Amino acid sequence: MTSEYAEYTTGEPVVDAKAPKGPVSERWDTRRFEAKLVNPANRRKHTVIVVGTGLAGGSAGATLAEQGYHVVQFCYQDSPRRAHSIAAQGGINAAKNYRNDGDSIHRLFYDTVKGGDFRARESNVHRLAQISVEIIDQCVAQGVPFAREYGGLLDTRSFGGVQVSRTFYARGQTGQQLLLGAYQALSRQIAAGNIEMHPRTEMLDLVVVDGRARGIVARDLITGKIDTYYADAVVLASGGYGNVFYLSTNAMNSNATAIWRAHRRGAYFANPCFTQIHPTCIPRTGEHQSKLTLMSESLRNDGRIWVPKAKGDDRPANEIPEDERDYYLERIYPSFGNLVPRDIASRAAKNVCDEGRGVGPGGQGVYLDFADAIRRMGRKKVEEKYGNLFDMYERITAENPYEVPMRIYPAVHYTMGGLWVDYDLQTTVPGLFAIGEANFSDHGANRLGASALMQGLADGYFVLPSTINDYLARNPHHDEITDEHPVVQEVLADTEDRLRLLLAVDGDRTPDSFHRELGELMWEFCGMARTDSGLRKALERIPQIREEFWRRIKVPGTGEEFNQSLEKANRIVDYLELAELMCLDALHRDESCGGHFREESQTPDGEAERRDEEFSYAAAWEFTETGEAPVLHKEDLVFEYVHPTQRSYA
Amino acid sequence: MTRTMWDSSVGKKTVMAVSGLIMLAYLVVHMLGNLKIFFGSDEFNSYAHWLRTLGEPFLHYEWALWIIRVVLVAAVVAHAISAYQLSRRDIRARPTKYVHKKPRASYATRTMRWGGIILGLFIVWHILDLTTGTVHPDGFQAGHPYQNVIDTFSTWYGNVIYIAAVLALGLHIRHGFWSAAHTLGVGSRRRDRAFKAIANVLALVLTVGFISVPVGVMTGVVS
Amino acid sequence: MKLTLRVWRQQNADADGAMSTYEVDGISADMSFLEMLDTLNEELILKGEDPVAFDHDCREGICGACSLVINGDAHGPERTTSCQLHMRSFKDGDTIDVEPWRASAFPVVKDLVVDRSAFDRIIQAGGYVTAPTGAAPEAHATPVPKPDADFAFEHAECIGCGACVAACPNGAAMLFTSAKVNHLNVLPQGAPERETRVLDMVAQMDEEGFGGCTLTGECATACPKGIPLVSITGMNKEWLRATRKAGKR
Repeated sequence: MTSEYAEYTTGEPVVDAKAPKGPVSERWDTRRFEAKLVNPANRRKHTVIVVGTGLAGGSAGATLAEQGYHVVQFCYQDSPRRAHSIAAQGGINAAKNYRNDGDSIHRLFYDTVKGGDFRARESNVHRLAQISVEIIDQCVAQGVPFAREYGGLLDTRSFGGVQVSRTFYARGQTGQQLLLGAYQALSRQIAAGNIEMHPRTEMLDLVVVDGRARGIVARDLITGKIDTYYADAVVLASGGYGNVFYLSTNAMNSNATAIWRAHRRGAYFANPCFTQIHPTCIPRTGEHQSKLTLMSESLRNDGRIWVPKAKGDDRPANEIPEDERDYYLERIYPSFGNLVPRDIASRAAKNVCDEGRGVGPGGQGVYLDFADAIRRMGRKKVEEKYGNLFDMYERITAENPYEVPMRIYPAVHYTMGGLWVDYDLQTTVPGLFAIGEANFSDHGANRLGASALMQGLADGYFVLPSTINDYLARNPHHDEITDEHPVVQEVLADTEDRLRLLLAVDGDRTPDSFHRELGELMWEFCGMARTDSGLRKALERIPQIREEFWRRIKVPGTGEEFNQSLEKANRIVDYLELAELMCLDALHRDESCGGHFREESQTPDGEAERRDEEFSYAAAWEFTETGEAPVLHKEDLVFEYVHPTQRSYA
Repeated sequence: MTRTMWDSSVGKKTVMAVSGLIMLAYLVVHMLGNLKIFFGSDEFNSYAHWLRTLGEPFLHYEWALWIIRVVLVAAVVAHAISAYQLSRRDIRARPTKYVHKKPRASYATRTMRWGGIILGLFIVWHILDLTTGTVHPDGFQAGHPYQNVIDTFSTWYGNVIYIAAVLALGLHIRHGFWSAAHTLGVGSRRRDRAFKAIANVLALVLTVGFISVPVGVMTGVVS
Repeated sequence: MKLTLRVWRQQNADADGAMSTYEVDGISADMSFLEMLDTLNEELILKGEDPVAFDHDCREGICGACSLVINGDAHGPERTTSCQLHMRSFKDGDTIDVEPWRASAFPVVKDLVVDRSAFDRIIQAGGYVTAPTGAAPEAHATPVPKPDADFAFEHAECIGCGACVAACPNGAAMLFTSAKVNHLNVLPQGAPERETRVLDMVAQMDEEGFGGCTLTGECATACPKGIPLVSITGMNKEWLRATRKAGKR
């Protein structure tokens, strides 16, 4: 049986009209020159809403305010400093070539397009590589304490999937340090009165008037008051949607509501099935697990991954002799070894566990062993490099990784898909921009390690502040929007009704129980390996869960107070719709590429097999109605510089 | 700069540290002078007289002593007012206590506050007893400090008050000296142990030095 | 494990609060403390009761959202965040008291949730380097000696959770403020604003109603990131230096 939802139609192709033609390395300069500017004296009169205060939102808010715009910014956390970018560990890429190891902007561009398995736009990726260099300068100027060498210069390391040392880092807390840099810049602007900051306020809907984004509806999480905020442009920097899977490395409250509501109001959602499964997470311990913790993949630089050669070998790791261990990544991919891209490392772990060679509780884990590294560089050096990660591992598992190998297992980590945006980072709704993980633009089907921080900051510090001028200059607003506007009335009523209904059902199941059920379904059928029949099963099941949700959900309390259950339930409403689109996208993309692995499409040796003739496009979906088939708009991808080859890391 | 000092909690702590160190320096001298009592009434009394003629002929009789007194009173007042204001700020900053009590939490703070109050009261009594003689037992004789000291320590309450105050002083100096080092920004991870050691030694030496006088009187070594 | 929890319940900022007692069963030693509270909340929801409100987000010890005083200790008996505290630190049959951060500068929002916006305002007062986007010089133009970079990093690790304030008998924010002052003041990039930064941040800290430092050291003991007590000493030094320099102008 096929669900009706799967019977999507294909509409007009979607075209990125903003990227200039010409040599890829000149496009960004050309675009910046062609973009109209807003007179500095007039910027004060323009209000820009920014939703989210992570690397993308924080840097965008600070920079826009610095330029003179009036910024109204939101985050659901109690402070902008807590956005989940803070948890990124490993580092940030930049084509500085400080090591003189053959790196260049072109190589970073090439690596990113190739790493993304040829499903990203060349012009965007090249711009990202160009800007990467400026990001490091900017962050150093802000006082971000990057790791340094004894000579006082910045240290770099090499990171998953590349052969140059271009990753800048601050011990295992690079995301934290970069975010605090952006937060501090933001704080300076808040103090200067250029940003009106609304913490503990969650965006619940988008206001689109005459086809243009004009504001948002947001709920004050303390008082429960639902308010409207208006602006000349709205920027979504609300992060990814990995929490659809319930268990992921995302923060507990990271959610998809902002982007999903924008999607429902007309913004196309691109490549929703492109999710990244991170290979080095701490395995789960039981039913109670509420989230998964990632261990930086920098660990793969020195740790060796292995499982026992024999099935069901339950001896402790240290008692398994060397010749009975299978260092499977080194065996299958001799030139990259343990440093193969994330998707390959994840799938390989799943394969060995499926063969019954997994270790730890439930056989859902593989070893990441530092015994060799400790022998080679000494325990002190290992401690210096990875001390905080080892401590974190020991705290969570009560095992000492200096003595017994760590156990790791893949977990959902990042979503490459997101709102479709053009070269200007504008969605299909004029005046609505999406930056950072919330958009789909730069990573294609798979993101390279240490590139998320780069993209978030590139979008926020440099790209958006240049491109949004053009929109604001060309589209001045002359009309004031008020709450009396019929569109606003409708959006407000929608939001209030939804919350009221959630509270009114008074059923017998908790929000978490639905979230967990959905997550398990998605992990099974839309996780590391996907099949036509599995996805169809999920597509059949999701509407049933949704129906049950609206019948049996129980949310205590009222809407006019601090109510965390209500917040959670409302987010699940959106997951239950987004999950369906993810499955449909995965079903329609009948090829394997990057993080999207369709079992039907693999090479004889089990590698992902792309089908470029048919699928060399970004899939941008248009919303119709809840549970009804969406419309597919394809954006053809053209590769002029990096010619698609089947990825090979062997 | 004075304004910034006095208006800021960090500045006020600096005032406390500096005034505390001034008093501490005075106490070291005071304690050494006290020990002269073990060398007989002549030596002790002439030392007391010398204090009054200190600085002559440049300074008039007792001027040096008065200068010291003024500085000390200023230090005591500054120390006490800062302490009072800072304590009020601290108490206001934490109006609700935890239901689950932890005994260790405020040990140092409590000792400092109560110790400070005890010492303040002691200073008043001490001056009325041995400087003005107002509350002195047995007829105070100006210019005969040796006898006055023996009189005081011949009463049980004189010994109790004095010894209790000196013990409070020892505890106060132990935390206060180390704390002052940090307040003035000279403490560091490397020097921390040194400062703690100096604080302990100072506290111990002053306590023993001061207590030796009443003990000397009680045991008849001084009579 | 079976545990008795005594949890601070307070409907909102204006309501009176009190400790309520709950029994939880089936707790695994591998659970985090917050997962144990999740378990309690799932039960409360099904019983139609209001679940316990508490701040939490990343659950990996870095966002600084979680903020529980567990048996009188900020973040509980181990040196970590509440989210990284595991139930293996407790025994079957234990009674555990859970309270919110207590400080007048951190008013209770609901149950175990407090308002820590005072910290944001301290940072806004000067906890930044004025470095407009795009104006940055080449990163290698100013080498930073490794010891200085490491010193800055150690202080920059602060997650702004507020455990220092919660643990301090005076409700002082000295450790938090000093961590940021030391992070930025040691770097060449932070040098031009070195004096104004420390003066303004300390003034804001006072303004918010935090207490003063009496060097009890409770803050550093509670700090999940190990910011040392001498961080405060360093800030005092910076403050005195800045005051002296301001006096000379």
